[in-house]
Amino acid sequence: MSWIPGEVPPADEMTADWWDATREHRLTVQACTACGHLQHPPRALCTGCGDTDHLVQQAASGAGTVDTYTVVHRPPRKDVETPYVVARVRLAEGPILLTRLSSEPAIGDAVTVGWVDLPDGRALPIFQPKETR
Amino acid sequence: MTTGVAIVGAAESDLGSTGRSILGLQTQAVTRALADAGLTLADVDGIATTGVGRFSATQLADHLGVVPTWTDSTFAGGSAFEMFVARATQAIRDGQCTTVVISFASNQRSARSRRLGGVFEPWVPEAQFEEPYDPLYPASYYAMATQAYLHRYGGTREQLAEVAVAAREWALLNPAAFRHEAGPITAADVIDAPMVSSPLTVADCCLVTDGGGAVVLTSLERARDLRRTPVEVLGYGERTTNTSFTTVDDLAVPGAVGAAADALGRAGITVADVDVLEVYDSFTITAALSIEGLGFCGRGEVLDFIADGRSRPGGSLPLNTNGGGLSYCHPGQYGVLLLVEAVRQLRGECGPRQVPGAEVAVAHGTGGILSTHATVVLGAAR
Repeated sequence: MSWIPGEVPPADEMTADWWDATREHRLTVQACTACGHLQHPPRALCTGCGDTDHLVQQAASGAGTVDTYTVVHRPPRKDVETPYVVARVRLAEGPILLTRLSSEPAIGDAVTVGWVDLPDGRALPIFQPKETR
Repeated sequence: MTTGVAIVGAAESDLGSTGRSILGLQTQAVTRALADAGLTLADVDGIATTGVGRFSATQLADHLGVVPTWTDSTFAGGSAFEMFVARATQAIRDGQCTTVVISFASNQRSARSRRLGGVFEPWVPEAQFEEPYDPLYPASYYAMATQAYLHRYGGTREQLAEVAVAAREWALLNPAAFRHEAGPITAADVIDAPMVSSPLTVADCCLVTDGGGAVVLTSLERARDLRRTPVEVLGYGERTTNTSFTTVDDLAVPGAVGAAADALGRAGITVADVDVLEVYDSFTITAALSIEGLGFCGRGEVLDFIADGRSRPGGSLPLNTNGGGLSYCHPGQYGVLLLVEAVRQLRGECGPRQVPGAEVAVAHGTGGILSTHATVVLGAAR
């Protein structure tokens, strides 16, 4: 994917653990150890039970399916090559991520995570068809 | 049922490409709506608006020289104005104010202020987790909802294009419409237009124009003494579902479902009682999901439902009778103009596009990325 991401805002206290894991190309989802709820993006509160004290980042398998997608033909900023695929990927664990796909999929296709490194050492998860891995 | 509150004035500002300022257009809309009602600024003690700045109602009140006893600047995108009708109705019934102006104006076409990526606020979660992937805001969300809907229910882009085709038919009857002189379009024209965010082409997307409008509300009792046929607020309802692209599990089921159920229930009517329907058509899919969500057809059925042309002029479900955001005017937050057209239809003022005998209208706004959904039921009080 010939794509140079724009500037990504820095992590905050809610999202630091998620971003730190991306430095090692590890995809995580936030888990509430009080009720078992999983969520993304990371928050200071579990939207399942309201707990604020039992939230941890937990490893995700990196496997998911394409929930829906679009091929973008007009660039929202300078220096973005079009067309490109933006998609919602439903992780095997349940939470949905907005992401890019390496090629145009069909809804329901199995995909796996890949990474695009950012200049500051963090990385953005993107997804690709499962069979190319 | 009645809430005891009515819309007594309605007007547009200049529309299209005006070269005017936001507050200049706002002033046109407000003063024209008051003149329509036979009232003056001295009567106004409530103001609801957005899109002026960070302090929208405050700024408009200051600009107009009004010291309101009630204001609202709820920022909910294009559905805010239907929400304002609910809030204003409650405030008038509660006695906090007597006469409310709900208004909006934008000069986004003249000012070239629209950005395809939306407004960047680096502190919100979407800036970290969504915007890095360069979705168009809001187009890519509606595009993904379209893709999900068509995949689930097996409809086609040609069928969805009927929303834009019908909107153009109405615009040809409305001299104020941006596309009034543009001639009819076909489904093929829509799907063959340049792609923006698949499967939506530029013809599936609303216009980018200047424009604005205002409505004036007061008690029904007082409305009886004013010059226009009062348009009663019969019911209202709303849902706020998401700000993220990933919150809503099923993109094919909008918050319109709950908003409409509340509004129709409060009014004590069913969709069979609705004579004219004004829904936000930021994109063709927005209108389609709204018709379905409001309950005019079953889940997954809307594309077959409108295929017979029933939403066109002369059809059994007159939809977006001014030409809509797709062919009439889209100043960025179109919701106030849904109300203006609904009021005019109920008063019987719409000339060649008038729906004969319209007694009950529904205005349904959608804001953000299918984020906010608000329904208002209006009825002529002759």
